[in-house]
This record gives sequence, structure tokens and C-alpha cells, in this order.
Amino acid sequence: MQRQVVFNARFLPYLLLAPQLVVTCVFFFYPAAQALYQSAFVADPFGLKSSFVGFANFKFLFLDPYYLASFQTTLVFSGLVTLFAMSLALWLALLADRLIHGDNAYRTLLIWPYAVAPAVAGVTWMFMFRPGVGALSWYLEQAGYQWNYVLNGGQAMALVAAASAWKQVSYNFLFFLAGLQAIPKSLLEAAAIDGAGFWRRFATIVFPLLSPTTFFLLVVNVIYAFFDTFGVIHTITSGGPQQATTTLVYKVYADGFVGQDIGSSAAQSVVLLFLVGALTVVQFRYIEKKVHY
Amino acid sequence: MRPANGRRAGGFLLTHAGLLAGVLVTCFPLYIIFVASSVSHDEIARPPLPMFPGDRLWENYAAALKAGVNIPVWRMLYNSTVMALGITVGKLAISIVSAFAIVYFRFPLRMFFFWAIFVTLMLPVEVRIVPTFEVAAGFGLLNSYAGLIFPLIASATATFFFRQFFLTIPNELAEAARVDGASPMRFFWDIVLPMSRTNIAALFVILFIYGWNQYLWPLLITTEPEMNTIVMGIKQMFPSGDDVADWPVVMATAILAMLPPVCVVIGMQRLFIKGLIDSEK
Repeated sequence: MQRQVVFNARFLPYLLLAPQLVVTCVFFFYPAAQALYQSAFVADPFGLKSSFVGFANFKFLFLDPYYLASFQTTLVFSGLVTLFAMSLALWLALLADRLIHGDNAYRTLLIWPYAVAPAVAGVTWMFMFRPGVGALSWYLEQAGYQWNYVLNGGQAMALVAAASAWKQVSYNFLFFLAGLQAIPKSLLEAAAIDGAGFWRRFATIVFPLLSPTTFFLLVVNVIYAFFDTFGVIHTITSGGPQQATTTLVYKVYADGFVGQDIGSSAAQSVVLLFLVGALTVVQFRYIEKKVHY
Repeated sequence: MRPANGRRAGGFLLTHAGLLAGVLVTCFPLYIIFVASSVSHDEIARPPLPMFPGDRLWENYAAALKAGVNIPVWRMLYNSTVMALGITVGKLAISIVSAFAIVYFRFPLRMFFFWAIFVTLMLPVEVRIVPTFEVAAGFGLLNSYAGLIFPLIASATATFFFRQFFLTIPNELAEAARVDGASPMRFFWDIVLPMSRTNIAALFVILFIYGWNQYLWPLLITTEPEMNTIVMGIKQMFPSGDDVADWPVVMATAILAMLPPVCVVIGMQRLFIKGLIDSEK
């Protein structure tokens, strides 16, 4: 898109762009370049000097069972979060869409978790399920269920996924509701008159027309689960037990700041860079498609 | 007609029952920590947690605000406010002028700059943690408000949001301004900025929540408790080792950490939904 009417000035546009470009270069491009550079070096244990090793950090990374395990953890985690957050939100949006009045009160009560920080959501869910003090863990124990997410990796994964999904439902709900309200009511009424029941209308009209929204949310939810859930994991499990909840982003932090393995952490950053890049391209292609939709 | 009406009423009830179940699941965690923030420590140490709020609400919140664990919570609230407002205002300011430059001027390297801003979408702070921290430390930004704010204020999202909006401003307005001999900056102050009011407000809501909820970056950049923000400070209140946490105070802090962004979302719901849905277009 181009504008026909423009102003003429030689230096002004550069001046207007300067603040954003300076911040972008100093805090985005330079650190990203540093990550690329550091990923080709290995520092000695005292951090005094580092030597060039080429791709050895990457080779080491992809032979490291812990790193491969964290890949798998990330996939399971984002699969769980996306599935729960999206199906619950779609269900609630379908219900809210049926109401003509009174959907505002429900909307307010459903969307507020969007505003809760991932770390605070983590603290909240941790407290509910903490063995010994938690409000719900006690009932689980009374019911004879061996609940201890501090020791049980599967339970730890379920807990961080539940807390992350709980926070994301509100976002998906708003987008699904907007998508549903954009579907022409005349289509649905025509189908209803022809005798199509709720599920048939859902399968043949609603779901196909909702598919751009669904696809968009799929990408957004995966990005959320990959990158925005650090706070949830750090407050509930710190990646444990035995790395059962160490996602790729958590491992960059753990290796870079706790383990001080700068070369490996930088190589992991570069891998993540490619992952984000791929996801953004997918998202961008979707946006382009939507224009022609 | 009766069976049809009967089915309708049944569907109506089921719809409300389903939505109420959703509300219950959504709000239950909030209720639990609210109850936990209103009882004494002993009541939490002896599960189960009481069903209803206790009588120590004011004591617990006063204890959190005045004393906290490492640092009074009022101080963390203050730090969070400065950081959230700094990030919000900074992002809005630098994005609106750069979007103005990209839309209303033709100059060499324009598309190059546009793409340079766009690719920052692909560089969330989580993927470049160590080098960004080193840069910030090199500038002496550790334990400072500048360090909490500046590395987070570049925003491709806000720039695109404003660009999309500027493209909808009728050409005639700019044409008229040019014919009248108004300078570009005069056009910006007198026409573009007033017209953008609603969009700025909508984005303000989204960015304030983003700024307030930052966790990883404050965790790295602040090492002194005096500079902790409330969202990252809660985790610092957990006991180390075998110590027993002061759970009522920690839960009161969690409620206080949620309160400002949740109030913003509920109070400015229309703007919030507009900002959220428009900025993804």
C-alpha cells in the first residue's frame, strides 16, 4: 500500500526513525549477532579466554540427550497448552455466541486472566497444588491419589501446562467470539430451516468459516507456549524434576545464567532464532492469505 | 409449539450452565489465593484451606505492603509502575513517529528500515538473553530504571498498528495541510495525533499489561531487592531450603501484583478488545 500524498523533507524522516532504530540496533541486532558469534566459541572454565570451534557447539548440542529431551518436552508442553487453551476457548465462545443479551458479564469474568502475568499465574497454581499446604493437593491426597509434582515429572508437566493454558483461554476466547460473530446469521438460519442440527451446522458452516481464526490462534498459541511461559515454569518447577519441564527457552536461561555455559547457550539461542523465524514466516503467510480470502 | 419451546428453554439453561462452569474454572484460582491471603499462617499450615475468607485480611496486606519479605511490597509496586509506564510511553512515542516517517515520506532506504523493524518480531528477549544482558551491563544499566525500560521499548507491533491506522487517514487531509503550507510536524501535531487518540488509548492498555507483566528481564537486570518489580519479586519471597514461607503475605502480594493490570483490562474493556484484535491484523 502506498500513499499518494507525501511530504518532502531530506533529514526529517531519518530523525523520526532514529529512536526506534537506535534501540533496535543496540538491543536487538547487536545481541543477535553476538549470539551468532559466541555460538562458534568455547570459553575455558574460568572464562578467561575462548577459542574458536566452528560448529562444534551445535554438533555437541544435537548429540546432547538433555537438549534433545528438552525439544521433546517443549513439543509435549506446547501441544498440551494449545489443545486445552483452544478447545476450551472454542467451547466457551460457541456458548457465548448463542446469547443475545448478557454476554458482557460472562465476557468480563472470562477474559481477566489475560492480564495476569505468567509468573503470577504460576505462583497461584503452585499454591493450589503444593503438597503440604495447597488447597487442592490436600483433597487429592485424601482421595488416595499420590500427588507430588515436586517429585513426579508427569504431574509437574500437567501442572505447568494447566497454569499456562488457564491464562491463554481468555485470549483465544476473544478471537473465537469475534470470528463467530462475523459469520452471517442468514447462512446459519438457512441451514437450520433445511433441518441441519447444531453439530451439522458446526461441521459444515461454522468450522470452515472459522478456520482462518483457528489457524492464526494455532500459531499464536504455539509461540506463547514456546516463549511466554518462562514465568510459569520458573515459579512452579524451575524446570524440574530431573528436567521434566525444561523447555528450550528455559534451558537457554538455565545454561546461560545458572550453568554459565555461554557457548552452548548462544548456540541454543541461534536454534531458537530459526524456530521463531519459521513460525513468524508461517504467521505472515497466513496474513497475506487472509487478504485474498 | 410446546416441544420446540421446551427444547429452546433447555438449550438456554445448558448454555448458561456451560458458561457458568467456564467462569467457575476461570475464577476459582483467584478465590483460593484470596482466601489464602485472608487467613493466618497456621490455618494454611494445617490443610485443608478454609472455604471462606478469614479475618486477617488487613493485617496480611498491611504486613506485605509495609514489611514484605526482602523488601516492602509498596516499593516493588512503585518499581513496577515506573517500569510499566516507561515501557508503554516509550513504545508509543518511538513507534508513532517511526510509523509517521514510513507512511508520510519517501526517502532512500525506506523499505530497508521498514523490514529492519519488522524482523524484530522474530527476536523476543527470551532468545537472546545472554548477549542482551551483556550489552545492558556494559552500559551500566544493572539495577536502574533505564535498564528495566530501554531494552524493551522497541516494538514492531506498535509500529505496524500505527502504520495501518495512518493508511486509513484520508489523503485530502495531508493534501490540504500541504497546500496551506503546514510543515510535516505541524500536520503531525494538529491532525495525526488528535485523530490517533482512540488507537493510542487502545494500545496503551495492551502495552501497559505487557510492561507490568515482564518477568525474565527484571529477573536478570535487578540484583538488588530495592529494584525488584512485584511480578518477579514474588518468587524471591519463597523460602530457600527448609524455611517455611509466610504464605498469607506471599498470596497478598500475588493479589496486589494482579490488581493493576486486571483493573485496566476490566475498566477499559472496549479499548482493550479493540487494541488486542486490531493489533493482530
